[in-house]
Amino acid sequence: MFAVFRDLIRYNIEFAIGLILVGAVVIFACLSFFSPVDPSLIYMTIPDQPPSAQYWFGTNSRGQDMFWQLSAAMRNSLTFGLTVAVLSRIISIAVGLTAGYVGGWVDRVLMFINDIFVAIPIFPVLVLFYFVLRNNMDSLTLALIMACFGWPFDARLIRSVALGLKHREFTRHAVFAGMSTRKVLLEEHLPYVMPIVFATFMNNMLWSIGLEVTLAVLGFTNINNPTIGTSLYWANSHSAMVVGVWWWIAIPVAMIVITFIGLFLLAMSMNEYIDPRSRLRRMGA
Amino acid sequence: MQGYLVFVGKRLLQLLAVIFFGVSATFLVTHLSPISPVEAALGRMTARSVSNPEAIVAMRAALTELYGVEEPIITQYINFWARLVRGDFGPSLLAFPTPAMTLVMRALPWTVTLLTLATLITFVIGNVMGGLAGYSQNNRFLKAFGLVAIGIQPIPYYVVAFIMLIVFGFLWPVLPISGGFAMDVSPGFNWPYISSVIQHATLPALSLVLVGFGGWFLGMRALVSNIVTEDYVTYAELAGVKRSTIVTGYVMRNALVPQLTALAMALGGVFSGTVITEQVFNYPGLGSLLIDAVNAGDYSLVLAVSSVSVTAVAIAIFIVDLLYPILDPRVRAE
Repeated sequence: MFAVFRDLIRYNIEFAIGLILVGAVVIFACLSFFSPVDPSLIYMTIPDQPPSAQYWFGTNSRGQDMFWQLSAAMRNSLTFGLTVAVLSRIISIAVGLTAGYVGGWVDRVLMFINDIFVAIPIFPVLVLFYFVLRNNMDSLTLALIMACFGWPFDARLIRSVALGLKHREFTRHAVFAGMSTRKVLLEEHLPYVMPIVFATFMNNMLWSIGLEVTLAVLGFTNINNPTIGTSLYWANSHSAMVVGVWWWIAIPVAMIVITFIGLFLLAMSMNEYIDPRSRLRRMGA
Repeated sequence: MQGYLVFVGKRLLQLLAVIFFGVSATFLVTHLSPISPVEAALGRMTARSVSNPEAIVAMRAALTELYGVEEPIITQYINFWARLVRGDFGPSLLAFPTPAMTLVMRALPWTVTLLTLATLITFVIGNVMGGLAGYSQNNRFLKAFGLVAIGIQPIPYYVVAFIMLIVFGFLWPVLPISGGFAMDVSPGFNWPYISSVIQHATLPALSLVLVGFGGWFLGMRALVSNIVTEDYVTYAELAGVKRSTIVTGYVMRNALVPQLTALAMALGGVFSGTVITEQVFNYPGLGSLLIDAVNAGDYSLVLAVSSVSVTAVAIAIFIVDLLYPILDPRVRAE
């Protein structure tokens, strides 16, 4: 595991840059554990102060110190992304491995459901859920709903790997040795799909955080829960750009861009690592 | 030919299933929720004014009849489908008493045009550039293009649209940033109207293209850089086949097969992007309508927009799937 990591950093500049960007964002988010102010309170400092030595990221029109505000927002956004990614990974592993290994009508039914989920446009559905739940929609509910829609692409990918594993020698050995299907899947096949799971994990986080930002900006989430999206929502609703409080918009946007490019580079370099041909080319073999 | 018909038949079945499940899901989400649409609408109407109790009782009765919520859920579900087949979602509250379907049909052409144009441009640019970048990997310009693609691709639609709004509406105001066409032209087949529509569509389309092309570029580059190492490409090169023929006929054509599948799978996401872009640029399409409907608490209109967008995306995916056998002769032969 450590050797893989070392190789990735040494031979893959994209991975190194991605790691630095994501690392910086994670450290910034973790600072919120030491925050001197409660991020949900308003009018705690002088409003509309530009970035200065005292307020590194300035303060917004709601009288919040942007540094601590964004730190908490980043933590919530990342936690949200992680929750969706973990939950949807569980679904995609279960569906993908089962469909690939069991085959037959189970495979056909699962892939049929899979194709339906792929084809349904997620955004109107999420808006529909918000429309129905209104203020009962907290970030955990949203994470659950999005996890239910975030698995089909990756389930198909995992299935294609599982299809190949099914006919390998060791699977037959395991079956003859009396291993149950569940054990074969979890102990024999799961390790082979783990690289895909990690790579898609990042992509899924990108997808879910991006959707959360979009929903929040439109005001379709719990707007009192600080996330990167709700920071932008409040900035828009106070017309920050027109008033000239540019840091209220520019800093969260810059942060989203850093997070997304970081996660994307990690996902991309891991994808490349999974494919041995491109890995060898990169190492100069 | 028979293989193609079987293929179309299977896809058609899938299309119907997607529409059925998708529309059923929108129905279930709205009707199984603990919050009654009648009370929600009432709360909205009476929130800002003091009404007398009798009027509220009368309104509640009228709304209950309008939504038909006192019947058992199965009956409601059957009624829903019976009315939906006729394209009837009931009157909208947003523009009472215009039927919700009329509003949707007025908005649909805008979205479909924007989505189709943006997707086509994105797909063509991304794949051609990606294919070239994969084939000639040492080209400086294409390498730089790849870096730009990596930089822009992961940024969410909203942020890109918003940055463009600030750049072109605030810092360098050259293009209209809001609406579908200028106020002073009359809709119809005349040049001022058409040019106004094109001008207004430029920014929304551009933001969709910017976000979208990177994915195709990177995907195509990866596919092509694997295909060029295949034996048949080396063989064709040794046999003296023209380079342009190799790139278009041997390499790109094969790489386009998985890209077309990816296009079908991405359409749902592209639609989500269009919804957001429309909201940012105040474009008169389905997305703006959906958001207005949610903000107005318009139950029938939200159902109508969701159902129509699920159906529209499913049909678009079906059409892309039909193109598949043109590229891949194996599907035709089976």
